[in-house]
Amino acid sequence: MMLRTAAGRRAVATATGALSLALALSACSGTTKDSSDKESTKAGATAKADPGAALKKGLKLAFLPKQINNPYEKIVDDAGIEAAKEFGGTGKEVGPSDASASSQVSYINTLIQQRQDAILVAANDPNAVCGPLKQAMKKNIKVVAYDSDTAKECRQLFINQASSEEIGRSLVQHLGEQIGYKGKIAILSATQNATNQNTWIEFMKDELKLPKYKDMKLVKVAYGDDADQKSFQQTQGLMQAYPDLKGIISPTTVGIAAAARYLSDSSYKGKVVLNGLGTPNQMRKYVKDDTVEQFSLWNPEELGYLGSYAAAALSSGQITGAEGEKFKAGTLGEYTVGKDGEVILGKPTVFDKKNIDKFNF
Amino acid sequence: MAMAPETEKAVPAAPKGSARTKGSLRGLALRWDTAVGALLVAVVVAGLSTTDGFGSGENLAFAFNDIVEVALIALPMTLLVVAGQVDLSVASMLGLGSALTGALWNAGWAFETIVPVVLLVGVAGGLLNGWLVTKVGLPSLAVTIGTLALYRGLASVALGSDAVTDFPQTYADWAVDTTTVPGTFLTYPVLLFIVLAVVTAIVLHATGLGRSLFAIGAQEEAAYFAGIRVKRIKLLLFVVTGLFSAFAGIVFTLRYGSARADNGLGFEMLVIASVLLGGIDFDGGKGTLFGAVAGVLLIGVLKNLLTLNDIANEVQVIVTGLLLVASVLTPRVIAAVVERRHRRAAGARP
Repeated sequence: MMLRTAAGRRAVATATGALSLALALSACSGTTKDSSDKESTKAGATAKADPGAALKKGLKLAFLPKQINNPYEKIVDDAGIEAAKEFGGTGKEVGPSDASASSQVSYINTLIQQRQDAILVAANDPNAVCGPLKQAMKKNIKVVAYDSDTAKECRQLFINQASSEEIGRSLVQHLGEQIGYKGKIAILSATQNATNQNTWIEFMKDELKLPKYKDMKLVKVAYGDDADQKSFQQTQGLMQAYPDLKGIISPTTVGIAAAARYLSDSSYKGKVVLNGLGTPNQMRKYVKDDTVEQFSLWNPEELGYLGSYAAAALSSGQITGAEGEKFKAGTLGEYTVGKDGEVILGKPTVFDKKNIDKFNF
Repeated sequence: MAMAPETEKAVPAAPKGSARTKGSLRGLALRWDTAVGALLVAVVVAGLSTTDGFGSGENLAFAFNDIVEVALIALPMTLLVVAGQVDLSVASMLGLGSALTGALWNAGWAFETIVPVVLLVGVAGGLLNGWLVTKVGLPSLAVTIGTLALYRGLASVALGSDAVTDFPQTYADWAVDTTTVPGTFLTYPVLLFIVLAVVTAIVLHATGLGRSLFAIGAQEEAAYFAGIRVKRIKLLLFVVTGLFSAFAGIVFTLRYGSARADNGLGFEMLVIASVLLGGIDFDGGKGTLFGAVAGVLLIGVLKNLLTLNDIANEVQVIVTGLLLVASVLTPRVIAAVVERRHRRAAGARP
């Protein structure tokens, strides 16, 4: 329509010509996904570790959460900052107010300028933060990922909340005990393609193959899409389809709260055992009114505490991030660096009537 | 680089010096864009004297590179706003450029092919914006609010919620914060920005096309009757803006090594804020490219300085907001005061 003029037609012709030329050229000598070789420099593991070294005094640690004002990460970071005081260091939390892929990058660059001793990062995007983190490591700033990992070559350690295997198996073990290893059970998950959920569910199914669970039968995996209303309806649907259901495992904080809400108002309260992963503040009410006996989650305070000590151990030269190295994490005891620099916090914490009032998150 | 012919084509032979740079020295000192330039210098001096690491080449390289996509898009945006138009779809076009780069790379295309294709998509997006504004006659604000959603949607269709990350190091090195032009602290994208800024400044202040933009922004009808091809110029402006935005998408992708559909979310506000902060009148017809560039740099340097001093993100947003309010208000307050004084003087005479 706007190409009525000769000039317009000429411009389009030129552009088309240029494009086809470019296409032709690149067809013979382009850089494609297959032709480009990926460089992967293994950071860390080159230096020598000195297990006997004392923790340095006055270490400066910076926590960079996915986004500031996230209540969960605030607990982790505050605990880490508190822990730094134990070994005579200082900690601080800085970060963006949105969790977009690139927003953490400015902060990493400024932390390098401020010459922090270690950066602890919960990455929004495993790769967007990579360039500046490598830069930091080049300047002998130690990098510890926690909660959400970066690409492996961009950090020295990753502090994992709990191993997927541990989470999956322990949930089945707990529920088995609660229902006397007998009866129909169901799983209420988040979305159908959530990676972490599906990994846990695989381990649950694997655990259920053991002989002691021969009288327990997994009848359905339902998906509440991590939406409160949908999870509520799915619970309702489960109970209608299987009135003799004995137990539900919901490995998602949204799902377990919605399921508990449904059960607490229904005739199934006290008859159906609900277990899974939840936060104490969400679940307090249902533990106190006996809808739920127990549930679990990793302890975010311990996650921050461990991160802080791991960063200090790196900065003091006790460890380098290589597999098999050991370090002491204050009151949590000794930890060993696993494959790919992964340190696992440990078993999930079980919350019940006795201990739930000690936690606030 | 690819857009240089577009703009140069429009440069007539005899620029005769911009009318805006004339006037008394006092008038120059009172102008908002001069004030923003002075504020920028003040912030830099304050940074150098108070903050360790601020003055290091590494930090400066980073601080400028950190806002380079915003700066690149601010160039055509300045021309648009001077002509009384606006384009809110720029950040979505950046996202679409990034997502396409990732999707095509995943599909096994050569990077050398991806770049021209992505740029062409930017041109197409600009053509759509321009067509809806000039031929259908819709206001640019309404059109680009629509295409803001459209282009972001297309970006999500192209790549979903995936991130593509395995770009070749050779290309990534051109954009990262740590590779600088030998002998300087400037990164390659920043160097490119400087070249393009000079070209844009010449177009805006020393060519007939530039004067046409001011005329269109001040009085579109009058400009039309004066023989300026208003529609064609507007169309060209939207096309150039689309092209720059798509190009910024490629730069962004390489710089972060991560192609995503949500890249640059919300950048349109940052671009427009910088341009307005630089004294470009939102009603059109007024402003200088120097002001716009000073505005972008001021926002970038301020952000870097505040972050270095551990000032919380919320405060940074407030500071930027206050600057923006001040930049819109101050010229109007000055104008009102001057007018009142004139009126009083006129009233006192008889």
